[in-house]
Formats: sequence, structure tokens, C-alpha cells
Amino acid sequence: MTRRYPILKETPSQTAGPYVHIGMNPNVTGIHGVYEADLGAAMKTGAVHGEEITITGTVADGMGSILKDVVLEIWQADADGLFNTPGETRGTADPEFSGWGRAAADLQTGQYRFDTVKPGRVPWRDGRLQAPHISVWIVARGINIGLHTRLYFDDEGEANSEDPVLTRIEHQHRVPTLIAQKTGDGTYRFDIRLQGENETIFFDM
Amino acid sequence: MKNTPDPHAGYAARDRAWHPPALHPPYKTSVMRSPSAPLLSLPTSLGEETGPVFGQAMLGDMDHDLVHNYAEPGESAIGPRIIVHGRVTDETGRPVSNALLEVWQANAGGRYRHKKEGYLAPLDPNFGGCGRVLTDEQGFYEFRTIQPGAYPWPNGGNDWRPAHIHFSIFGAAFAQRLITQMYFEGDPLIPLCPIIGAIPQKEAVQSLIAELDMTRTVPMDARAWRFDIVLRGKRQTLFENRLEGL
Ligand SMILES: [Fe+3]
Repeated sequence: MTRRYPILKETPSQTAGPYVHIGMNPNVTGIHGVYEADLGAAMKTGAVHGEEITITGTVADGMGSILKDVVLEIWQADADGLFNTPGETRGTADPEFSGWGRAAADLQTGQYRFDTVKPGRVPWRDGRLQAPHISVWIVARGINIGLHTRLYFDDEGEANSEDPVLTRIEHQHRVPTLIAQKTGDGTYRFDIRLQGENETIFFDM
Repeated sequence: MKNTPDPHAGYAARDRAWHPPALHPPYKTSVMRSPSAPLLSLPTSLGEETGPVFGQAMLGDMDHDLVHNYAEPGESAIGPRIIVHGRVTDETGRPVSNALLEVWQANAGGRYRHKKEGYLAPLDPNFGGCGRVLTDEQGFYEFRTIQPGAYPWPNGGNDWRPAHIHFSIFGAAFAQRLITQMYFEGDPLIPLCPIIGAIPQKEAVQSLIAELDMTRTVPMDARAWRFDIVLRGKRQTLFENRLEGL
């Protein structure tokens, strides 16, 4: 017989609150000398494989106001579609690329920025290749449980059109909320809307 | 017969009725920051079942000692000295080793060291308010700090946060990523807090309240509080007659 058996309950989530930077990006809020550098601030430690890209954007609330206190984390494959983690069994990921980044939005403008690489394609559960994408996790004051979404690329039209996640979304008119816009050579824009018109698709996964 | 994880099973879905909902109007900021469309349910895949892994080498010697990690040499933070310890397991009861815990908190007077902080309680020049620690092989962790103070916040006309420590926790998978807050047994502010009030079930609230642990208290030095953490677990297939043995 098959059954799911969570025998313990997951620890309930609570908001990261307005002072999340103290714990996750202390140098951003002027706490220097405890951690040499903020964790996740640099995703590249040397010459990396593939195309280096920059992603910038903002996170807006249901009134359209830009969040100044939001923190984003991303997790992605390297240019060859491999994850830099011991759980990766398909090969060895680029050792100079961590695949994980964390950025606090600018405390004045609300802009966030990741300097990363364009990810390769990773298989879905059934083996079909997913389009290049980045997993995104968003926490802030007022967010009771971190929000998961995905960032895809508008210059990957063919891969996007066959992506196992994008194609199963019932409300196809919302798919563009998951797609970063190319704004120049190696630069993309990805704005997130928490609520209301053009609300970003968030996943329970 | 063995209980073998099914590699295609992925992580068990989150029990959304156990976690606080995105929208909880008494916590006013949640009103405009909560998605209005339902979350889109997806099974986990490689990108959610993997995650960054951190090592002891990237931590400093003082990272788990908030009493001293911001203090001038020979000085220490002001406040009741405490040890916070516990175990990180997943929902199946397995210990989560090498889990990175990042913690942050107000000082003993309830004041945060942050640009946006407006409470008039004084800063402690020897307290930064952040620390981090990795769990050991068996999932255990421990850090030292001072007991944080309660503080007022602009929400209702007179809302006060119970004393708490914020925790950011990394398991082995991005799907397990969690931020929560630990409270202290016996704090009368706990039932009044609109942020805690977002959690629907009493048992869930209870699981965020650390217990005074006299067995780990160091005489003439520090009281100890125990706070266990549970992260999401993988779905498993197993034979029913093995259930009891778990
Ligand atoms: Fe707080």
C-alpha cells in the first residue's frame, strides 16, 4: 500500500518582517564586521561557463507601490543545466557558479539585481526538457509565507512554448507574468506584482 | 522490507491550513502584499528538490555567539544571557544535517539595529543582532545570545510584538526554504499578536514557542531554551505494516 506519511507537522511560517536584512543581508543595513560579505551576494567566484546576464526588477504590492524592504532568493542550474549541489547526480556543475543568489531590494528605490548566468535546460519529472528558468523566492514584511515563482526568458520562445510547467497553466494569459524581458545585451527585466492586475503567478510546489 | 524513498515522489505538499494564510487583515501589511489568485499547485522537480549547500568553512568562529560577535574585545551585549538549541528534522522525523540557520533579533530593550527602526529604546553598542549556525550530523544546533525585548510596532493603535527571534532555515532543497519566528514560553503578549494570530491552529502556534530547558542551562551563566524545527519531507512509499516502526 502506498501512502504519504508526514508524521510531524512542518514548522509554521512567519513573516520575515521589516528587519530581515539584519539576519540575511546585514551589510546592506550597515551592520559590518559580523559577516565578511552578505551570503548570496556573489554567485560567481571566477570565470563561468555560458552567458553572463544581469536581471533587475522590482516587486510591487496590490496598490502598485514598490516594496523597498523585500528580499529575493534565486536558485538555478548553470549554463549546462546542472545544479551546484551534492544532490546533482547528472554531472558536475560549473565550480565557479553557485547557482544560488540573494538580493535585498535597494532600500531607497526598491530595485533588485542579480548578476548570474543564463541557465541551461533541466528535465522535468517525466524527462521532458524545461525551458531555461530560475526559481525565485520572495520574502518581506506582510508576506506570511515566502512566495515561490519562476523566471523564464522572452528570448527563449521555442523552449517556452514546450515547457512542461508553462504549458500546463490554465490561465495562459497570465504566463507573461513569468517571463523576463530582454532589455539589452545580457540584461533582463523581471518585475513582480504581488496582487491585482497582472499579478505574478505564484506556485505551491 | 525497507521503506525506500521513491525518487519520483518529490516533496509532500505544504499543509496550507497549518501555515498562516497570505491574507490576514489584522496584520495590515498583509492586505496589499497577499496574492489574490490561488497558488498554482505543481509537484516538485529537480530545481525544487535541490538547493544550495553551505559548509563550516564559510562561517566565522563567532557566528553563533550573538553575545560577542558584534561586541568590542572584552565586552559583551547587555541582557539576559541565553542559549537557544534544538533539532531540525523533516516531516518524516529524519534529522536534517548541515542545515544553515540564520537568526536575527532585537536587543534586550526591544530595539533593532536597522536603518528603518523607529523605537526609542536605545541601541546596545555591543549588540549587532545577527548570527548563524549549521546543524550537526544529527540535526542539532545551538547558539548563544541575549534574550530579546518585546517592542511596539505600527499596526493597530497599540500593538507589541512578543519577544522573538527570527529564523531563516535552509534544508537540502529549495522547496524546504522557510522563515519563521521563535517565541518564549510564558510570554503574555503571544496571544495578543496579530502576526502570530495569522496562524490558524493553536497547536501550530505552540510549535513556535520555545520551552525553558533547565537541563541545558549553564549555572551562573546562561538559561537555555529549546526550539525544534521541522522542514518539509519527501513523499515515501512504504508497506503499511511498517508504519508503526517509524
Ligand atoms: Fe522582529
